[in-house]
Amino acid sequence: MSNANLPEPSLDRVDGRLKVTGTATYSAEYQFKNLAHAVLVTSKIAKGRITGLDSKLAEAAPGVLAVISHLNSPGVPGYPSVKQPAERAPIGTAFRVFYDDFVYFSGQPVAVVVAQTLEQARHAASLVQVNYQTEKHETDFEANLAKAAVAQSVQRNKTSPFQDYDRGNPDAIKTAEVKLESTYVFPTQHHQPLEPHAIIAVWEADDKLTIYDKNQGVKSAQGNLASTFKLPRENVQVNSPFIGGAFGSGIRVWPHTIAAVLAAKKVKRPVKLVLGRELMQTSVGSRPFTVQKLAIGASKDGLLTAITHEGIGQTSTYEEHLERTILATRAMYACPNVSTRYRLLNLDVNTPTWMRGPGDATGMFALESALDEMAHELKIDPLEFRIRNHADRDPERNLPWSAKSLKECYRIGADQFGWNKRTLEPRSMERNGLLVGYGMASSLYGFHRHPSKAKAIMLADGSVVVQSATMDIGPGTGTAMTQIAAKMLGVTPQKIRFDLGDSSLPDAPGQNGSATITSVGSAVHVACESLKKKLLALAAAMPGSPLANSRFEDITAKTGRIFPIANPSAGISYSEILKYHRLPQVEVTEESKPGPERDQYSMYSFGCHFVEVQVNPLTFEVRVTRVVTCADVGKIINYKTARSQSIGGIVGGIGMALMEESVMDHRFGRYVNTDFAGYHIPVHADIPQIEVYYVDQPDVYVNPIGSKGLGEIAIVGVAAAVANAVFHATGKRVRQLPITVDKLV
Amino acid sequence: MKPFQYVRPTRLKDAIEAVASDPNARYIAGGTNLIDLMKRGIDSSEKLVDINGLPLKKIEKRNGFLRIGALALNSQVAQHKLVLENHPLLAQALNAGASGQLRNMATVGGNILQRTRCPYFYDPVFPCNKRKPGAGCGALEGINRTHAIFGVSKNDPTQSCIAVHPSDFCVALSALDATVVAVGIQGERRIPFSNFHRLPENRPDLDTNLEKGELIVAVEIPDAVFTKHIHYLKIRDRASYAFALVSVATALDLENNRIKSARLALGGVAHKPWRLLEVEKSLVGQPVSEATFRKAAELAMQGAKAFEHNTYKLTLTPNAIIQALKNAVALV
Ligand SMILES: Cc1cc2nc3c(=O)[nH]c(=O)nc-3n(C[C@H](O)[C@H](O)[C@H](O)COP(=O)(O)OP(=O)(O)OC[C@H]3O[C@@H](n4cnc5c(N)ncnc54)[C@H](O)[C@@H]3O)c2cc1C
Repeated sequence: MSNANLPEPSLDRVDGRLKVTGTATYSAEYQFKNLAHAVLVTSKIAKGRITGLDSKLAEAAPGVLAVISHLNSPGVPGYPSVKQPAERAPIGTAFRVFYDDFVYFSGQPVAVVVAQTLEQARHAASLVQVNYQTEKHETDFEANLAKAAVAQSVQRNKTSPFQDYDRGNPDAIKTAEVKLESTYVFPTQHHQPLEPHAIIAVWEADDKLTIYDKNQGVKSAQGNLASTFKLPRENVQVNSPFIGGAFGSGIRVWPHTIAAVLAAKKVKRPVKLVLGRELMQTSVGSRPFTVQKLAIGASKDGLLTAITHEGIGQTSTYEEHLERTILATRAMYACPNVSTRYRLLNLDVNTPTWMRGPGDATGMFALESALDEMAHELKIDPLEFRIRNHADRDPERNLPWSAKSLKECYRIGADQFGWNKRTLEPRSMERNGLLVGYGMASSLYGFHRHPSKAKAIMLADGSVVVQSATMDIGPGTGTAMTQIAAKMLGVTPQKIRFDLGDSSLPDAPGQNGSATITSVGSAVHVACESLKKKLLALAAAMPGSPLANSRFEDITAKTGRIFPIANPSAGISYSEILKYHRLPQVEVTEESKPGPERDQYSMYSFGCHFVEVQVNPLTFEVRVTRVVTCADVGKIINYKTARSQSIGGIVGGIGMALMEESVMDHRFGRYVNTDFAGYHIPVHADIPQIEVYYVDQPDVYVNPIGSKGLGEIAIVGVAAAVANAVFHATGKRVRQLPITVDKLV
Repeated sequence: MKPFQYVRPTRLKDAIEAVASDPNARYIAGGTNLIDLMKRGIDSSEKLVDINGLPLKKIEKRNGFLRIGALALNSQVAQHKLVLENHPLLAQALNAGASGQLRNMATVGGNILQRTRCPYFYDPVFPCNKRKPGAGCGALEGINRTHAIFGVSKNDPTQSCIAVHPSDFCVALSALDATVVAVGIQGERRIPFSNFHRLPENRPDLDTNLEKGELIVAVEIPDAVFTKHIHYLKIRDRASYAFALVSVATALDLENNRIKSARLALGGVAHKPWRLLEVEKSLVGQPVSEATFRKAAELAMQGAKAFEHNTYKLTLTPNAIIQALKNAVALV
């Protein structure tokens, strides 16, 4: 066990100083002499057509350079020409900006105003007159539930994981000794990173585009823009070195990005577009509204006998967003009979997207709530119930786990939390007149690893530059990569610079799916290993070299010196090697990618959360007073940044459990809580002491560094642990998030 | 945001004339509410008269009352010795509002005149009788979880408004019988707090009885004995930095474990701070006990009326009253 609360000699964030002193440059902060400002005009209706768009007043307003809409757009080369007569976009069409007169959701961009200053653009945007022909919209998920269906993309793909799934006997649930059925409602949530999405678009030449953009993947943004604007890939440069949080909102290229690029093309100047907070809910996706029906069966002695899990997720009318909602249920517990169904409901809303722990956070809220309900029904301690149903192999794929220390997580978490002080009955614990509840939940997150490249360069002075087109949306990528490089090369971290967030660097996946350390960390590891080998060979070739006959296994390096393990005093420094060979630098680029191990093992991160809440029996206010979390994510690279990830996940989970919800008025198909006064995320006062523990054992099968993903498992299960604690405190089971005062009255 | 003119007079008279003479002019103090309203196109003032150059910051004890200048910052008032000694309830209420940064910008006058947070008021796409008289009330049959349960008798949809006044400070001012001192072209007048904010009636666009151009120069709080058994309870969707779902300002004077006098006002339940005079009277002479508080809470709810999403307030409000009274006397 390792306690992340203990001071560890973890490397400080390499860019920490830049960030806290405000000297890190974020997308909206780049300076250009002739920068113009763009403000979007967005639709007021949820469905219909634009019958008229009068921009005369706006165009005449001071400072205005252009008003662009479907009527005069310079056009996006990657879009097909508009059909005559025009038709609504078929399912599977990414939203096309200023393309035709159709309205698909309230808040859709219908025009963009470009002006000399932001204030001028904002004012002129208010002068654009848009007339609509309204059609009846459907945005109410629960009212339209009956229309949910198997996604078209799933119908086409027989091997899709979202196909109906039955393990064992699908009817087993009917004959279960004890059976519970419940419906869990998960509201629409939005990522709401503190930094709103922002872009500066610069056309360097007619066929050459540079953007400074908030996103989670410079390479995917580059590829997307290259195909959208029919440009050679290398003619699109994406710069995104600093990102002020994203949580999934930056995985895709969204309409506002295209709008800014079009605007820059039209006015032939760099154009900046920053989304106001009021546009964040309709511009960059959401965690989809999801309804889940769970039936769970168990024997009286506490063994799961059957689970059926149906998930119905919200999507737009033009795209299908699928997520893992029901998938965790197949792998989490040893249950012989499991059936899952996944359906989508197309509504007149903008397309949802991945949000931290996509699908799993939603699905595990339902599954882990249902387990708690069953434990209560069986009068078994909820932790004991989970241990009894622990899956020793992956029951879905019938494969061994690459590594799994969930039982160890349970033990550490329970000990540190003091779980044994929990009384079985709900509403049986009290403190100072307040109801106290203990709740827990398991968590899991699938292992993802993608091919990644890294370049490692040794410079003449013995300093090192490592590069990869990876990202840092907050976890501290540069810090972890610096550590991996430092360890492999035996160079102090202060002599290493890690470059990221630049599309001209070696290929790397975007930052999502908790795959950065596992993929890019592996690439950095192998690139530095290969560099070290190259340097060893160069050292061996030096006259009288003490390393002349050394094999790679027999040497090591420390503080920039490479030496035989058996004879530490006989080394040569990296700078001496380069000096002798008169090399300004030595560099290698390596790729690291997954192999056949994926078919031999089932790979997941596992963990658990323990939560204490206090509930005021008169005013129903819920406060989380303590959290203990423990995860098995393989080898921990940097305790400090890892701990911050875990804390961030818990904070997000508390928000999910108690406050986050985008509320729509379905008469208008429009969100009503479009600012931070209405869309609540936790503030400091909501967050108690959070204790973080890791098993910290390398998973030797997953990759060369033995690390698995941490970013998302940190949030998965938290909402259920809170909801379970609320039930234990009050005896009231809330199955519809968030658990606000009105639901407990 | 419309382009606007900006002036910063240093004499009271110039400021008042500038606003009184121009229908599109408005005072700006901390700007923490007004600027947001302008950005979202809810306020379309064409001239801003910045009053921060006026000498209205003083907090002083006068004969029989405490006088707080209209430009005193929320954070200054909440920390001021005279306030903490004489009217700690005000400090509690102020500190329950907004955030540290906002309280450092927000002024007393601006706080009193802040506008509702009703989402239908805040988004010009929705109908709102307060923003656009006659347009209808989006909240009436919409998302009305945070809305009023008192003082909403109007049934005519073109006139109704079920928005609540968002201020915490004002709830305490109301409980403490404050007076607003305003100066207009006609001179100075004193408006009792109970008559300062309005119920929507047939003019939901008007939040207060202040006349066009009148400048708040101070609030005055009469000397009172409420320093010990006081409590401002704010129930909200998170622990801090959220507007009240329901709030209770209460102050009690006790003698031999009986209530000698009581003050009680609610926030988050009406178009104005909701003072409970009848309940206060009923408490006088009663023993300090949970039973007493329960009876008071029950009485407080007479005439309450809920809408689709705020029925919980019918339970939460009386419970909050009981909790606040218990906290005021440290009764567990
Ligand atoms: C995110 C956020 C959260 C908040 N949370 C809370 C909360 O929990 N509780 C709470 O009570 N408040 C809260 N507030 C509101 C805050 O208290 C007000 O914005 C603030 O008090 C307004 O003061 P100001 O000086 O900035 O007013 P301004 O914005 O400058 O002015 C507001 C109005 O008052 C008028 N005005 C100002 N001074 C005078 C004067 N002397 N005479 C006549 N007219 C005048 C202006 O013309 C304008 O119409 C919050 C605000 C924000 C932005």
